[in-house]
Amino acid sequence: MSDVLALTALQAHEAMVAGDLDAGEYAATWREAAAADELNAYLWRDEDGGAGAIAVERPCIAPVAVKDIFCTEGVPTTAGSRILEGYRPPYTSTAVRRLLEAGAPVLGKTNMDEFAMGSSNENSAYGPVLNPWDRGRVPGGSSGGSAAVVAGGLAPWSIGTDTGGSIRQPAALCGIVGLKPTYGAISRYGMIAFASSLDQCGPLTRDVSDAALLLGILQGADPCDSTSVGLPEAPRLPDREDLSGLRFAVPADLARDAIEPGVRELFEATLATIERLGGEIAETSLPHAEHGISAYYVIAPAEASSNLARYDGVRYGMRAESAGDVIEMYEATRAQGFGAEVKRRVMLGTYALSSGYYDAYYGQAQKVRTKIAADFTAAFSEYDFVVTPTSPSVAFGLGEKTEDPLAMYLNDFFTVPMSLAGIPAISIPAGLAEPAGGGPRLPVGFQIAAPAFAEQKLLDAAYALEQGIGFDAGPSGAPYAGIGHKKRTGVGGEEDG
Amino acid sequence: MIEREQVLHVAKLARLGLTDEEVERMAGELSGILGHVDRIAELDLDGVEPTSHVVELENVWRADVPHESLDPEVALAQAPDPDDGAFRVPSPQAEA
Amino acid sequence: MAELEAVIGLEIHVQLATRTKMFCGCELSFGDEPNVHTCPVCLAHPGVLPVVNEEAIRSALKIAAALECEVAPRSIFHRKNYFYPDSPKAYQISQYDIPIAGAGRLGDVRIHRAHLEEDAAKMIHVGESGRIHGSGASLVDFNRGGTPLVEIVTEPDLRSAAEAAAWARLLRETVRQLGVSDVNMEEGSLRVDGNISVRPAGSAELGTKTELKNMNSFRFLERGIEAELTRQRELVEAGEKVVQETLHFHPEDGTLHPLRSKEEAHDYRYFPEPDLVPIAPTEAMLRGARESLPELPAARVERYREQVGLAEDVAALLAADPETAAYFEQAAEAAGRVEPRVVANWVTGELAAALRQEGGEASAAKSRVEPATLAALVAMVQEKKISHGSAKTVLAELVANGGDPAEIVEREGLAQISDGGELEAIVAVAVEANPKAAEQIRAGNQKAIGAIVGAVMKETKGRADGGEVNRLIKEKLGA
Repeated sequence: MSDVLALTALQAHEAMVAGDLDAGEYAATWREAAAADELNAYLWRDEDGGAGAIAVERPCIAPVAVKDIFCTEGVPTTAGSRILEGYRPPYTSTAVRRLLEAGAPVLGKTNMDEFAMGSSNENSAYGPVLNPWDRGRVPGGSSGGSAAVVAGGLAPWSIGTDTGGSIRQPAALCGIVGLKPTYGAISRYGMIAFASSLDQCGPLTRDVSDAALLLGILQGADPCDSTSVGLPEAPRLPDREDLSGLRFAVPADLARDAIEPGVRELFEATLATIERLGGEIAETSLPHAEHGISAYYVIAPAEASSNLARYDGVRYGMRAESAGDVIEMYEATRAQGFGAEVKRRVMLGTYALSSGYYDAYYGQAQKVRTKIAADFTAAFSEYDFVVTPTSPSVAFGLGEKTEDPLAMYLNDFFTVPMSLAGIPAISIPAGLAEPAGGGPRLPVGFQIAAPAFAEQKLLDAAYALEQGIGFDAGPSGAPYAGIGHKKRTGVGGEEDG
Repeated sequence: MIEREQVLHVAKLARLGLTDEEVERMAGELSGILGHVDRIAELDLDGVEPTSHVVELENVWRADVPHESLDPEVALAQAPDPDDGAFRVPSPQAEA
Repeated sequence: MAELEAVIGLEIHVQLATRTKMFCGCELSFGDEPNVHTCPVCLAHPGVLPVVNEEAIRSALKIAAALECEVAPRSIFHRKNYFYPDSPKAYQISQYDIPIAGAGRLGDVRIHRAHLEEDAAKMIHVGESGRIHGSGASLVDFNRGGTPLVEIVTEPDLRSAAEAAAWARLLRETVRQLGVSDVNMEEGSLRVDGNISVRPAGSAELGTKTELKNMNSFRFLERGIEAELTRQRELVEAGEKVVQETLHFHPEDGTLHPLRSKEEAHDYRYFPEPDLVPIAPTEAMLRGARESLPELPAARVERYREQVGLAEDVAALLAADPETAAYFEQAAEAAGRVEPRVVANWVTGELAAALRQEGGEASAAKSRVEPATLAALVAMVQEKKISHGSAKTVLAELVANGGDPAEIVEREGLAQISDGGELEAIVAVAVEANPKAAEQIRAGNQKAIGAIVGAVMKETKGRADGGEVNRLIKEKLGA
């Protein structure tokens, strides 16, 4: 049985297509594995199979764990918040609908930071998620649950959302692959909104090939989302042999002292691997990227303050008992239903948009955004990719950064600029490193960013680098060990190499 | 930097009921965050266009053709206080 | 104290008659059971997104064309954030500083701007909730929520309540003829609010303005504005200041009630709507809008004044309604050499009066009097075949039963007496019968002639030509 769980989603898909693996049994095996969740990674699991299922002839896609931010008809959807406790949407998000139409069952809904606000999954109203590598540490956030289930052997792959790094950072902290596509590649319809101009759905997977497969199912323009355009072509599975002819730029401005020594070492080592594979490394400048956090922590809360205003106890969700007029009902409902981080960001966002402050905050932040996008465009006129560490540190301890919101926000330092520019970026495991405070080694992620709509090029390069790195670790007890050094072969069989 | 009065004003705009303790803590936390964020105020960005839309799209719309609406039972299924086909709420106070 | 002049601007909301809502495909219809036309989008469920209704854009462009507005090459939507149970997203998608239409004009009033937005849902207050400390409850019906609206704002060019009501009627008629809205004030598909202030006559500065709402007919609009102007004048003349506020007009008793100020409610925290992309009307769309315009009232009034030579009030009456205008034009055409001015006066004067007398349908086009028939009647008067008075009698018959004027004249013996001999004889008799009047006329009192004319008219049953009768009497009396 555990052999099946060791298959990547792509390997399983190929086996199902070849008739070597029964889709129903395979899904049942995963449901059983998911039931053994000790990481608090799932908020809801499909115990009997068939949640929202669409009848598909000859299903051949592995079941998917879905971040509890995606509306799924009739299935509990909470966005990690008390204010949506018990809420069952009357409709299904486009992303999940595409999964179901492709024959991929929904394995369960994963835990997340409340309304996607957080970098550690400690802001969930339903308890934190534990990192499968070290249960005293965070898995990252806000897609902490989605990352933990893949790393912890509770799902073959999952989907999450990334607004300022919420797919990439947990992927890095959990030693898996996380992709934030170009803004507009995947429909946002049915994806509970945090920051509308930044939110994007994306895959969290064991390897780059799985990410490509899942991206192919999800991407596409959607008439229900006016900001969706899809990708210029359907992604094909990556197959690049090396990185010759490709130029990778390291932004000098982002070389900060806040990076842990272990993370920095692995970053340098990965740069050396790139060169070994024939790629060229150079230094570039993204002069405004250092203001990314400042701009992001104005724009995202501002949009969020507006997006979360609908949670008012009128039409669905929680309503607080209150004896007064409707304003008192609103205030009590939102006071009781929202957690501390959500309240903080709603306040910040409301302030940034309020009379007298709009130009200085929101207006100015949107200008910084324009400059950051221009910085990337300039860099891409000379280089193919921009690379950084995904996160300044490895997974930190539960409760370590919860006292200082600003310290928590700085986790997004490397990931936020790509979100602001709307360009695609992927995090792949670079290796294991010792945390600053000492202790067993933990995963480190390497981030590669590409120009808008260059997903294929990005996936091809990430694949070649992933093979070159040969990350072969997994948390103890996980049914697999990294992506190994498995080169993707034809149906059946793996080869060492 | 952010005074208690301002916190109360913003909380009112956001319809968030904060306890006294929350108001005080919020004042400190928001001040800290804004202190960091304020660095962008020093940048000279005169003449730079703000990004209001990330995708370069225009004129995205749909034909004026009806879709199937929700069954009213479904529409009201999640309502905290459904009443005879409508959503019941406490009245607003300020009405002429 | 210097005389105060009124400064009035209007803010109009037009509910578009599209099939579906502004941002979702729910059908628009009225009077249904509550919440039968809703979906996750217009109920603002988590995760939903708006999608623009193309027909609403086209309707807005037609309105912009009719009001001669500049159309923005690129306009965007903004979120207007505020909490209220009838606003499910807690923001209204509207347009802020880059609306679809800019400066324009209709008649004598300049348009400041016009933009698209969505309507709120419907709320009904149901009184005490039954709980001891309850403050009453409201029921929300989202059927109407999301209906497309075009908001039109004028410059403060109006100077009286009557002028405002008349212009509002012109606007209503203009928009109605575009076919984009029912524009019915009683039903709520047309809403008109006033922005009112006063200032010393001749001053260029604006006084503090108040906003006046809740007037759901043109008559109430006029009365409400008048009441507010009176109130402001009294304040200013007493040396007090006008406070900026919003007032509701209560038509039952004509009183004005200030709404309790919702202090924070006015910080709408506008920002560009990230879920929608800009609107950039193409040349084809603009051309289509312009070409779709029928001849609108304002243009027609101008044409009637300039080219046809009609007086302003007559032109306005005829031009307001396209059917009446068509009727007039057909009648004028059929009347041949008779001046259109004369035909116009008959349509707006005698015909209108006759129709009112008859009761029922007051519209010329829907009456039993064919345009050509009226033309023939008017021609007969011009050619002195019948007197004006007889023509009125014929007209009454035509209105009641239709028919042919010549036939009716024949049948009723209404032909004008133009035979000199017959008339002379009757005049002689009348002069004999009225010696006192005859005396006064000979003495120089022209007015006294009326009595004798009256006698002649009575005798001839109004068939005599008044002018001719006058002449004969004077001739007889040597006056």
